[in-house]
Amino acid sequence: MKIADSPPILTALDRPNSYIGRSVPRPNLQRLTQGRGQYVSDVNLPRMAHVAFVRSPHAHARIVKIAADAAKTAPGVIAVVAGAELATVMTPWVGVLTHLKGLKSAPQAPIAVERACWQGEAVCAVVARTRAEAEDACELVEVTYEEMPAVIDPETALDAQTPVIHASITDNLCFERKLDVGAVDKAFADSDAVVETVFNFGRHTGVTNEPRAVIADWNAGEQRMTVYHGTQAPHMMQNLFAKHLGLAEHQVRVLTKDVGGSFGIKVHTYADEMATVALSKLLKRPVKFVADRIESFVTDIHARDHRIKAKIGVNKDGSITAFEIDDLTGIGPYSVYPRTSGIEANQVVNLIGGPYTCPNYRAQARVVFTNKNVMCQYRAVGHPIAVAVTEGLVELAAAKIGMDPLEFRRRNLIPDEAYPAQSAAGLKFEKLSHHESLAHLDSMMNYAGLRAEQKKLREQGIYRGIGFASFIEVTNPSAAFYGVGGARITSQDGATVKLDAQGALIVHTGVTEQGQGAEAVIAQCMASSFGVPLDKVRVVTGDTDNTPYGGGTWASRAAGIGGEAAWQAGKALRGNVLEIAGAMLQARPEDLDIRNGIVVNKAGGAERLPLDELARVAYFRPDTLPPGFQAELMATRHYVPRAWPFAFTNGIQASYLEVDPDTGFVKLLKHWCVEDCGTIINPQLVDEQIRGGVVQGIGAALFEHCRYDERGQMLNGNMADYLVPMAAEMPDIECGHVVSPTADSELGAKGAGEAGTAGAPGSVMNAINDALRPLGAEPLTDMPFTPDKILRALGKI
Amino acid sequence: MSDHALEISLTVNGEPVNERVEARKTLVDFLREDLALTGSHVGCEHGVCGACTVRVNGEIVRGCLMLAVQCDGAKVETIEGLSDSGAIADLQSAFEERNALQCGYCTPGMLATAQDLLARGGVPTREQIREHLSGNYCRCTGYHAIVDAVEAVAQVRAGEKK
Repeated sequence: MKIADSPPILTALDRPNSYIGRSVPRPNLQRLTQGRGQYVSDVNLPRMAHVAFVRSPHAHARIVKIAADAAKTAPGVIAVVAGAELATVMTPWVGVLTHLKGLKSAPQAPIAVERACWQGEAVCAVVARTRAEAEDACELVEVTYEEMPAVIDPETALDAQTPVIHASITDNLCFERKLDVGAVDKAFADSDAVVETVFNFGRHTGVTNEPRAVIADWNAGEQRMTVYHGTQAPHMMQNLFAKHLGLAEHQVRVLTKDVGGSFGIKVHTYADEMATVALSKLLKRPVKFVADRIESFVTDIHARDHRIKAKIGVNKDGSITAFEIDDLTGIGPYSVYPRTSGIEANQVVNLIGGPYTCPNYRAQARVVFTNKNVMCQYRAVGHPIAVAVTEGLVELAAAKIGMDPLEFRRRNLIPDEAYPAQSAAGLKFEKLSHHESLAHLDSMMNYAGLRAEQKKLREQGIYRGIGFASFIEVTNPSAAFYGVGGARITSQDGATVKLDAQGALIVHTGVTEQGQGAEAVIAQCMASSFGVPLDKVRVVTGDTDNTPYGGGTWASRAAGIGGEAAWQAGKALRGNVLEIAGAMLQARPEDLDIRNGIVVNKAGGAERLPLDELARVAYFRPDTLPPGFQAELMATRHYVPRAWPFAFTNGIQASYLEVDPDTGFVKLLKHWCVEDCGTIINPQLVDEQIRGGVVQGIGAALFEHCRYDERGQMLNGNMADYLVPMAAEMPDIECGHVVSPTADSELGAKGAGEAGTAGAPGSVMNAINDALRPLGAEPLTDMPFTPDKILRALGKI
Repeated sequence: MSDHALEISLTVNGEPVNERVEARKTLVDFLREDLALTGSHVGCEHGVCGACTVRVNGEIVRGCLMLAVQCDGAKVETIEGLSDSGAIADLQSAFEERNALQCGYCTPGMLATAQDLLARGGVPTREQIREHLSGNYCRCTGYHAIVDAVEAVAQVRAGEKK
């Protein structure tokens, strides 16, 4: 293991002209900087119609009558379709997984039939020549509702007097998990101190800059459905569209080009997108749906919204004796299909206490149905919650016994030499580097210097705080995540590479690109393992007719899984090409190599044959090759993690900020993150994943909150009232790295996409509390930390 | 809807345009739907996110807060025009080299806004850059790389760096 702020030296990967560990620019950026990308919202097809939806204004209501005569004759209208009619072409779905034992949900339809279960659920579709005409006609649809009692507060969702949302499933409990490891009660009883508090995490959402978008094109002549879809997982969606339309998978093609942000928002089944696909089948023409901003706020999955009662035991020497949590989360009226809405709570239970050696841990998590928009997996699923709870407890405990928070961590983090190791919750860690990461952070931020500055400024009435968050991160998921639960979400991925007739490589991969840099990483792996300059590699993603079957891009899997498949495919094609070169040059293939696009002698590197010449012969003059020799200029390889269910990564973040005790405003001064994602393929892309993730986490800590009233009405469904991080309020973010490769793959790369979002909210929370501690404020544990909450904690309002 | 349509004449990226548009149509919808200039993006549709930022008579405006009919007689420049003219080639290169974009959806608006700041000359501080870009939402980058790219171009344009 070593600090790797300079490109790492990687013996196994150290091919001549290797691009592994180099910050090369992404190959697909110019079309985006020139405004020449192709997002689904940019695509138009012949005879394409547009759909707009009439959506329920109530959190829970019976649909008594839909009067659509006026809408049907409005200008441009092609069809007005309600739930019952759409049910003739598409079957409903239920979001359950068998490995989350006991998880239950009710059937969900693309358009509500008889009953709407949250404000924003579609109750009727209007299809017209233009979106504007469709929206005009939506105004003419008269829906008679009978309002029903709504379940709004998760705290009372399971009470006997609370109405049950779905009669078919007996109660409002979606999922429950309990865990009791070690001797928790005894540990608390024997502790020198016990700290107990309640953490709240506001419901928030992804706010992708491009809203969800889909165009479905049913060709009745071909009996094929082509779907242009802004999704993270084309093959998963191919399966689901086919399944619920009653088609075979090969009758559905999902095409995904540019996607304007995803963050886990675009990896789920959305009723309005399913409805759009069903409408195309019904109307036998292309239908387009692009969510507008209010639709995004009331139908894009929300996340977090957890209330966690939490407790930590500690001894005077700083040792943590036990953790205990009780998590309650309200997920809306349906568990989201197909990944379910039980995963976030399950992750919270799994991840709490994860970085520490403490053997005693008790957890309860309850996931309940409510009549609000659905919740599901969003960037860093469960991590920001588990990290903030764990790290919040850690810093409260350190303060309680008067120990420096970094020293407190040093005494409890799993030692770097203790791996392989297992957490109290049962997570298996191949190799982590908590202590090395902490030491790197300590020196990177000049911790001692900052503490001195903080002390001096306090004397001048300036209140600055330093907060930390150590974390672990789930990446490279194996079939243990979804496959074992019965979902057709593949954990393996593939790459197919072909040498074209001029010696360039065309790569098809099952991972997808929404800006993370997957195409660049695939190109770097391929160029390095095969042996061509990067500009000789073209990567194709997002086409279920043409790419290998793959999972797409989520849970930080594109580099670690897709990259390894590309690396192996490149090696396989190199072997094939050297066979051809051997035949042409009358040399042994094992004595040759490919470097910089030229076949060379492995020893000495003397140039023997350019690839374009080899390709010319293989494609156009195969008659000159030895009799019986067949050139194979395409290779495919797949990869799936097998030795470990997940490739855990780790890291630590620090936040430095200033709180104004008169206004409650928080000014972020600087943020640091040291992270260990194993082999770094492209340092710049890793850093930018971290920086973007940190800011997404800061949004959760300070600004973002989907606010609902007691009738289940979302109060701030627009970007003026729902605050997101903007440039002026954000700090510069410094990144550092430790490198502990996974031995599960040749590349050794783990994921990096969740790290920033995982640790930022906890570190900001701890920094705010550190700043306010001398003022005697009650610790703040209710995110987002808005100025009014800070002033309340200070007793000023 | 034809009762509410008007004839407009304007220049878009140097080309004369004569179209009949609905009075209610926003400038960004007109650019995207009528002229197929899809580089200007629609994000929030109420003037907060800046994805639709374009230049009208030299000033940056929100394409979702201006109606197409208000642009009668105006000179409109979009990302396609700014790209082809070479006016922001250095800024585009800096964004690419610094990975100051991920999904790229905010980028056309971000570039137009950054160019607006850089055109004032001098080398702005990081705080001034952040302040000027504060009306352009980026969910992917966390802004740090964008500030780096804009700062680097300002330094080169001012002759401080090559």
